[in-house]
Amino acid sequence: MQHGKYRFIVGFLALPLGLYALFVVWPFIQSIYYSFTDWTGLSPEFKMVGFDNYSRILDDEIFWKSLQHSLLFALLLPVVTISLALFFAFMINVGGRKRRNGPVVSGVRGSSFYKIVYFFPQVLSIAIVALLFAFAYNPDSGAINSILRGVGLDGVQPLWLGDPDLALWAVMAVLVWSTVGFFVVLFSAGMASIPAEMYEAALLDGAGRATTFFRITLPLLWDTVQSGWVYMGILALGAESFAVVQIMTTGPGGPDYSTTVMVLYVYQKAFRDGQAAYATTIGVALLVVTLAFAAVVMRLGRRERLEY
Amino acid sequence: MGSTSAENHGTEGVGRRDLIKRSAALGLISVPTMSFLSACASSGGGDNGDKAKAGKKTAKNPLGVNDTAGMEFVLFDGGFGKEYAEDAVKIYEKNFSKAKVKFSATQKIQSTLQPRFNQGTPPDLIDNSGAEQMDMGVLVGKNQLTDLTPLLDAPSYDAPDKKVRDTLRPGIVEMGQFDGEKVWILYYAYTVYGVWYSQKALDSLDEQYPETWDQMLAVCEKAKKKGMAGWTYAGKYPYYLPFSLYPMIGKVGGREVLDAIDNLEPNAWKHPAVKACFDAYYELYKKGYILKGTPGLDHIQSQTAWAQGKALFIPNGSWVENESANVIPKDFDLAVSAPTGLDSSDKMPFGTIWASGGEPFIVPAKAKNAEGGMEQLRIMLSEASSKNFTGKVKSLTAYNGGTDGIALTPGLKSGVAALDKAGENVVNPRIQDWYVQLQKEKIGVSGLGEMMAGRLTPAEAVKRIQGYADEAAKDDSIKHYKHQ
Repeated sequence: MQHGKYRFIVGFLALPLGLYALFVVWPFIQSIYYSFTDWTGLSPEFKMVGFDNYSRILDDEIFWKSLQHSLLFALLLPVVTISLALFFAFMINVGGRKRRNGPVVSGVRGSSFYKIVYFFPQVLSIAIVALLFAFAYNPDSGAINSILRGVGLDGVQPLWLGDPDLALWAVMAVLVWSTVGFFVVLFSAGMASIPAEMYEAALLDGAGRATTFFRITLPLLWDTVQSGWVYMGILALGAESFAVVQIMTTGPGGPDYSTTVMVLYVYQKAFRDGQAAYATTIGVALLVVTLAFAAVVMRLGRRERLEY
Repeated sequence: MGSTSAENHGTEGVGRRDLIKRSAALGLISVPTMSFLSACASSGGGDNGDKAKAGKKTAKNPLGVNDTAGMEFVLFDGGFGKEYAEDAVKIYEKNFSKAKVKFSATQKIQSTLQPRFNQGTPPDLIDNSGAEQMDMGVLVGKNQLTDLTPLLDAPSYDAPDKKVRDTLRPGIVEMGQFDGEKVWILYYAYTVYGVWYSQKALDSLDEQYPETWDQMLAVCEKAKKKGMAGWTYAGKYPYYLPFSLYPMIGKVGGREVLDAIDNLEPNAWKHPAVKACFDAYYELYKKGYILKGTPGLDHIQSQTAWAQGKALFIPNGSWVENESANVIPKDFDLAVSAPTGLDSSDKMPFGTIWASGGEPFIVPAKAKNAEGGMEQLRIMLSEASSKNFTGKVKSLTAYNGGTDGIALTPGLKSGVAALDKAGENVVNPRIQDWYVQLQKEKIGVSGLGEMMAGRLTPAEAVKRIQGYADEAAKDDSIKHYKHQ
């Protein structure tokens, strides 16, 4: 009954594929199409201009700056966030000392409390987080400089978001703070599915925390780490970085363009300067960067699947 | 009419094009950055023939408004609130009792209205203001606006023998023009820019407002000894600095220096007056007269610090009185002054001030009831409505006068006095509305902001800003303007 099979499959797939094409693929095609026009976004009239927008990108200093910042976001943020999250998750789930009458594998004391604390920022909208930190970074009356003053560091009063050398790092720190909890929970779930016998065996062989982590936890968690990595990179390139930069370093993206990222630049070109076509061109560039990022991570991270 | 017709903008059916638009909008959810532009894809129906028929022109209805046609008015809900407009809408409803008025106020002008411009179904009157202001140059360039000349030539609401044009403050009509005679924008508010301070704080120092820069430095030194900074400004938005810096440049070097800057003429910024004023401001930084941490403050934070008496002077516009009303102490005695000059060799007298229109109102070209939109503006430009605005939001309007008989707040009173003192010497640098990105980001943040934070010397700042201006002059993706 071979030929009936295909009709059966097609029948089931037609609707979802159609919806996917309409809602996902079509907007992509449209965006790419608009990048070849001179559409302003403020009037329905436009004409084709070929590769003009693309050649303009080449000489656009701000574009290159924003690309540089976006790449830094995509490379650095996942490393920092995921390392931190792995460390926290390990300590919460596996890293505790053996306690009398307790289970063999357990987290540090108070781990269930830490889990909630880490996850807490996740329930706040990124807009709120960004606003809160914008206040905290206020050099005059903000929490951070007040603490510095409080501990006697009167001489150290950085301008934070007002300093082009610090602004980008200040923004990144907020993103790490607000996303790390999600990965702690994700990795905790992954670790929960690793059989306890493996840890028991390792402990009997006298393995310490570090060895346990690198020989057992990380290899068995690799798939989760890899998806987390891609997910974080896309967050850092897209929506989240837009929100924090737009809200915290208001204006053009920090002093002297020090925090401009690609998504912000897309938004500004489309909705401030009335250059929607050029904005879609930058959007296409962002798409390329995002796809390249995902491809590289998947490629480098490929290793044999472990079965357990 | 078939329901799949692209011309069908009603709510009765989902047309093919609507479906595509909606699909694009949904795509937004899955891929935020790429597809959000397509959500406002230009799939509109082009010219629509459903404009309201003109009514009969009478003495009471000089614009010929169709008294049964609906009118839609979208207001920017910002520092001035929306009450003043609601009051004016009530008058419109009274005059045209058969017409249905749809009034709404939003802070998101662009995200609400950009798609409607693309579809060719914009409202009849818009206050295109705020952070999400739509680019006027593009709107004009793409023929999206109605010429407001009929409104300006119509009799004013109060006196039938006077044209609306003749009741406006100087400069308002010119500001609404781009190139040529047509008037695209009507600025409703009238803003006085300058140096804002507390008269009480100044009195406590035993000082007058300084007229020369040496006096300015002396006042700041005195304030510093009392533990008060001389100046603060919106460090994250350093494009507030020009509110006092540009008129100072005009005062020192003459109007033509500012005109050259607006016209993006080569080497306009290399005029000695520019460098002299930059040097003067830089001196404030070097001598430590700027409130500590200022480069990291936004406009609200800097205004609050200033209202708390941490700094004496702040460059700002007349909206500050309303915007900071809740932090300015009762006995603050708010005052504004024209910027301090350099010395007696300045080309223009002390008192030279920057004042210009604010709150730009536009009537879209594709509005269904353009006459209604203009009539609504004519009502707002009446003496009564203007007084209502001034009384409610502590700001002047484009209507010349209209301050008699209402209790003026200290800041407003001082603003009126400053305008009186300035007389003819009102400057109006247009770079702010002609080249938004150049003015805000490049000159403001990357030039002046960096200089005032001490990261650029005045000479470097001049060079950098000249570079930006040259770039903008060469960039053919932006429309260029010249003083007529």
